[in-house]
Amino acid sequence: MARLTPDNVVRAQELVALYPEKRSALIPILHVLQEQDGYLSEDGMLHVGEIVGLEAVEVKGTASFYDMFHFEPVGKYLVAVCTNIACMLQGAYRLLEHAEEALGVAPGGTTADGMFTLEDAECLALCGNAPCLTVNWRFFGDVDPEGFDVLVDDLRAGRLEAEVPPHGTLSRVGRRQGLRALPPGGPGRDEAALAGEDGAGGDGMAAAHVAPGSAIDLSTRRSTAATAVVDAAHLESPK
Amino acid sequence: MTYTQAPRIVTPRLLNERSWTIGSYLSSGGYEGLRRALTMTPQAIHDQVNTANILGRGGAGFEAGRKWGMLRQSQPVYLTINGDESEPATFKDHALIEGDPHQLIEGAVICAYVIGAAQVFIFVRGEFPLAIERLQAALNEAYDYGAVGANIFASSFSVDVVVHPGAGAYICGEETALLESLEGKRGYPRIKPPFFPAVMGLYGAPTIVNNVETVSNLPWVIQNGGDSFAALGEGRSKGTKLLALAGHVKRPGNYELEWAKATFRDLIFDPALGGGIRDDNELKAIIPGGVSSPWIGPEHLDVSLSNEAIAGIGSMAGSGSVIPMDHTACMVRAAWRIVRFFHRESCGQCTPCREGGGWLEKILERIEMGQGREADLDLLMDICDNISPGVTWPPAQTTICVLGPSMPPSIAAGMSRFRDEYLAHIREGRCPFPPDRLPRRLARV
Ligand SMILES: Cc1cc2nc3c(=O)[nH]c(=O)nc-3n(C[C@H](O)[C@H](O)[C@H](O)COP(=O)(O)O)c2cc1C
Ligand code: SF4
Ligand code: FES
Repeated sequence: MARLTPDNVVRAQELVALYPEKRSALIPILHVLQEQDGYLSEDGMLHVGEIVGLEAVEVKGTASFYDMFHFEPVGKYLVAVCTNIACMLQGAYRLLEHAEEALGVAPGGTTADGMFTLEDAECLALCGNAPCLTVNWRFFGDVDPEGFDVLVDDLRAGRLEAEVPPHGTLSRVGRRQGLRALPPGGPGRDEAALAGEDGAGGDGMAAAHVAPGSAIDLSTRRSTAATAVVDAAHLESPK
Repeated sequence: MTYTQAPRIVTPRLLNERSWTIGSYLSSGGYEGLRRALTMTPQAIHDQVNTANILGRGGAGFEAGRKWGMLRQSQPVYLTINGDESEPATFKDHALIEGDPHQLIEGAVICAYVIGAAQVFIFVRGEFPLAIERLQAALNEAYDYGAVGANIFASSFSVDVVVHPGAGAYICGEETALLESLEGKRGYPRIKPPFFPAVMGLYGAPTIVNNVETVSNLPWVIQNGGDSFAALGEGRSKGTKLLALAGHVKRPGNYELEWAKATFRDLIFDPALGGGIRDDNELKAIIPGGVSSPWIGPEHLDVSLSNEAIAGIGSMAGSGSVIPMDHTACMVRAAWRIVRFFHRESCGQCTPCREGGGWLEKILERIEMGQGREADLDLLMDICDNISPGVTWPPAQTTICVLGPSMPPSIAAGMSRFRDEYLAHIREGRCPFPPDRLPRRLARV
């Protein structure tokens, strides 16, 4: 696919401005690229290299170190089932096996309709709600095979569009300010950046003005948001 | 039971409604610690932190104040907060970033003030988009409020804070790998010496790397004084510790307890805490401090959850993750899964880690699948010895970082405590444990 869109070039330049050295913005910008196309295309990586001053081979050489980056298109939903120790002790492999059967693909595979890519993941830091999984890195805890089927149905029917953004969307809240984000001499950049975000109108930035966190309340599904609370309940001192 | 009566230092707000917003934070005294800190000299705060004796909460347990004191005197200085949390079964920093991002920001700015940092980078694991969103939103609020940015609270101190997303690599939790990643490179741990980023860190400049929980303690320490912090806990283990309890317990979760006051038995069996082993099964083994730590047994239940006491029984408190395993757990499978993790996450720079990990994983897999040979037991230990000579604890190192030497402990524990179980797999030609938790096609992975 493609190079970064003009709006995303603006975002990339804003990211570059945050760091003392350009190259530090590489990984954040690759997330922007993956958000745009769902994966990292050759053209896209070439373009990112131009922005941060690196050869395409350096960009790919760096990106390929990191598990979150994909070099081929993946399904609309990336389902990552944790099978690490705490989840394994609570039946994660049964869940993974069920997921394989329900989706008809092995870990690493994508369903024929392009809806789901299945992954066998390492610890997702939601071990208090084992076994757990993420869909596009949004958390679902205490998932049993029945719960998995309900989740897949909901995803297929589009009932979770608000909670689970497209794959690649790393941050739905844009950075608004900062010393480096300001031009020398005072404010102004803030507004400009916001206008840019509004103008972008993409999924990522459209949500920038949603009150923080309010768009994502998976509490009925015991996402991490709920976990913090559930776990905190445990923190109550006994009488 | 005194351990339950201590104040909660890093988690008191997690139950509050919309705890991640500035309104909620301010209504419970938020940013008062920073206001007060800015009226003090950096040296005075550093003294308080030394008095508090805050041990780093990222795993190594190095005193925060001592680390700050090692900074090479040159400009600029950077502060990097380690929020990469990927140690299996550790989920405390995740909860702190998502549940109380302002506390983290406040702590980070206090730390930046003490060390005179030009800029702060909060490195958050890429797999935590909700945490990144909330932290960035909180940061936007904090800039608006004047707690971050230019002339913080009308003082002469200014600092910029940047949220930096990781992209999926456990090794980036190792501080020098984290810095490489922050520089936009592959996450390869750096060759030591220099041992401390305080001497040579980000872009070659002196850099402090501290864990999320470590700096989250700072607002409380400023408000209540280093003495009050040091009055909690015992020995080197001061204050409270956030313990992530997972595995075969009835009530897994994060528990903040006064440090060194509770025992493993308290944490696992207290009805208000772990509530006991699931189905009231028998306890078989405990992984006491993250999967790098040597396993301990039921005979250690009365050991105090302190850094020193756990070190005293030949293991470590590490990241604060505690995983009890019941009698239905297969020790070969558990070791296999842990080794598989480290092998998958090895960055590949050192031969013993890159190759040894693969061999260990394969041999454990074949034992688990019932195709092991008795000679495999010696072979396993031999490979362990190549990764970490002597297979001692703390581990000797032939590698650039301690990821490689984190593999042998789980195997060594199995060999010394559960040798019969390994042999049973080999003699019976199958895993003797319940099939319902056995991956049907283990060989595939
Ligand atoms: C393989 C490896 C992984 C690590 N992962 C983490 C991590 O996820 N989070 C963390 O805070 N420290 C981690 N550490 C420890 C860091 O290197 C470092 O000691 C710590 O961030 C320092 O902060 P502290 O002094 O506040 O604990 C890891 C170390 C190693 C060797
Ligand atoms: S020990 Fe393993 S992870 Fe650490 S530097 Fe060497 S190869 Fe990389
Ligand atoms: S082990 Fe599965 S989330 Fe931690």
